[in-house]
Amino acid sequence: MDRLSLDIAHLFAGGLVLVSFMLLYQDRMSGLVNTFASHAVVVSLSVAWQAYIQQAPHLYITSAIALVVKAFVIPVALHRIIVRLGIHGTIEPVVGIGQTMLAGIGLVALSILVMLPITAQAGTLAREDLAFSLSVILLGLLMMVSRRNAVSQVIGFMSIENGLILAATGAKGMPLVVEISVAFSILVALIVIGIFLFRIRERFDTVDVHDLDRYRGERP
Amino acid sequence: MSDAGSLAVGAILLVPALSAALLALLPDDRTAARLNVVATLLTLGSAVVLFAVRPAPGHFLIVDDLNVVFIVLSTFVGSTTSVFSASYIAHELEIGRLAPAYLRFYHAMYQTLMFAMNLALLSNNIGLMWVAVELATLTTVMMVGIYRTAAALEAAWKYFILGSVGIALALFGTILVYLAARSVVGEGLDAMAWSVLVGSAAKFDPALLNLSFVFLLLGYGTKVGLVPLHAWLPDAHAEGPTPISAVLSGLLLNVALFAVLRFKTIMSSNPGALAPGPLMVSLGLLSVLFASFMLYRRHDIKRMFAYSSIEHMGIVTFAFGMGGALANFAGLLHMTLHSLTKSAIFFCVGHIAQVKGTQHMPDIRGLTVSHPLLGWGMVLGVVAIAGLPPMGIFVSEFLIVTSTFARQPALAVVLGLSLLVALGALLLRLNGLAFGDPYGSNEPSKASFVPVFAHFGLVFAAGIWLPPALVAWFQHVAALLS
Repeated sequence: MDRLSLDIAHLFAGGLVLVSFMLLYQDRMSGLVNTFASHAVVVSLSVAWQAYIQQAPHLYITSAIALVVKAFVIPVALHRIIVRLGIHGTIEPVVGIGQTMLAGIGLVALSILVMLPITAQAGTLAREDLAFSLSVILLGLLMMVSRRNAVSQVIGFMSIENGLILAATGAKGMPLVVEISVAFSILVALIVIGIFLFRIRERFDTVDVHDLDRYRGERP
Repeated sequence: MSDAGSLAVGAILLVPALSAALLALLPDDRTAARLNVVATLLTLGSAVVLFAVRPAPGHFLIVDDLNVVFIVLSTFVGSTTSVFSASYIAHELEIGRLAPAYLRFYHAMYQTLMFAMNLALLSNNIGLMWVAVELATLTTVMMVGIYRTAAALEAAWKYFILGSVGIALALFGTILVYLAARSVVGEGLDAMAWSVLVGSAAKFDPALLNLSFVFLLLGYGTKVGLVPLHAWLPDAHAEGPTPISAVLSGLLLNVALFAVLRFKTIMSSNPGALAPGPLMVSLGLLSVLFASFMLYRRHDIKRMFAYSSIEHMGIVTFAFGMGGALANFAGLLHMTLHSLTKSAIFFCVGHIAQVKGTQHMPDIRGLTVSHPLLGWGMVLGVVAIAGLPPMGIFVSEFLIVTSTFARQPALAVVLGLSLLVALGALLLRLNGLAFGDPYGSNEPSKASFVPVFAHFGLVFAAGIWLPPALVAWFQHVAALLS
């Protein structure tokens, strides 16, 4: 594999980490959804590039699914949900944006420190890709714990899924089963989420999951 | 002969899948409940066939000595739960808590869950197993939220988020295992097949395996309900329909544990890799300790038994973590008996909550007087789950504690103390529930006692006499695991 192909692959993977950071500092709902759409576009480009350099045509399917579903269909649906629920205002983070970003930088450093030494034998392509994808996964987790809004948590979860796709495609020759299943599970998961969002609204008049804590059923 | 085996494996997967489709279309609730029972019984029948004949392992499916135990247990509890579910659901329809439209959905989801669990147990491919566990998670999320009350939605949302994050971590671990295998086995399906992975694990890169096991243990451990990843479990058990609580506790937790065990086998076949035992021992012990104290301040009866499930899954994880022939044997026995006991307890609890119209324990009193069969069933269940003789769980807990004393006395002391703490909490609650003057609604119950007493009968029998064939089988599996 020539140097340029690797560099481009790393460019996309690094770009994904960058967009993950951008997800962390969005302070408006619609901006968050748009940033997620670009996250999906980057992951789709990255998968397409992997398909090209690995000569694995089935990866184009994964790439197309990521592009169509996660860069277009889901953001459009989320925009509608946001408008219908009237929550396009400010996102309420649990801790300040600054601290979240610092924690994010720490997580990226951690994942690089963890992954690079132990994947020395796994090949150059998989090596950096795994470090980047672990960063994306950890940043997604960070986003899920640092936001109180159900929609932001869902977006955090989907960015984790993007990180997983990056890892799965970086692992050269991984059987098709997993790629399609990842894409499929996102679809299914989204249907569930969609239903839940509406049900949550129906019952609570809010999608701030903080308010759900009242219903723990533990009080005497 | 292997044809009969393939046929049985096909039936274990196809019967639930087809009946799920059929049940989704069937409008009549009585027929649906019966069909549900028939389908689970057919699956159980096909599972039993696997004792006699089994097909050769393929790329995707495998039947070996370990998963046969899980499959038979899973299909058995699945079929008894469907009998319980028929009477439970009839009552829910009567009082209008569940609309008929949701019932179709409920039955279809029940069979989909059975399909997903059987697929996870039978899969010979770590990717396929992951997909099956994900499917099982999604179906149970839907079922937990089926009552659509505020509490049920919160429980389902929490379960969905924690479950998905867990499952995402497990997928990352799965990818890492593939990477470790790829350089040895080569690209393609072989690098994801159990049968191949275990054989060549000795040559894998230990560092990659270590990292993957951490992710897999945390990921699938979330589904096992290990502390501190357990937060979804009590809510999901308390707010969903009781048959689902029974299936969750009795089966789904086992399926997740099964996945951990499979990866543990790979880890232990590699001499350079981290020993997986201590990690499992600490998570298990932490779960037992935490859950036994949490049992005290519960007011919701289903929530209390959910914490008891965390405790027992902790014990099983601890036993498998200790490893060795005796501890593995005890862990396997404990897991089987816990599944049987806990699902039977949930059968009782379901009927009790229906006749009393509440899950709030202070409002339930004197059950042995008002509903003798239910009340004494409850007493039997609590005696069994608390690990008192002569019930079977006493035997398995005794084996675990004594075998630990021989090797790590300090751990055994902690384990033993937690078991006593849990015993105290359970007996304290039982006293209020079962004895004293009856209180609250006194409606007669139309319970089905066959599943309850079938399970307790088996647990009792296991406490008195374990058939030599079963002992030999479990010993064989325990030896495979160590």
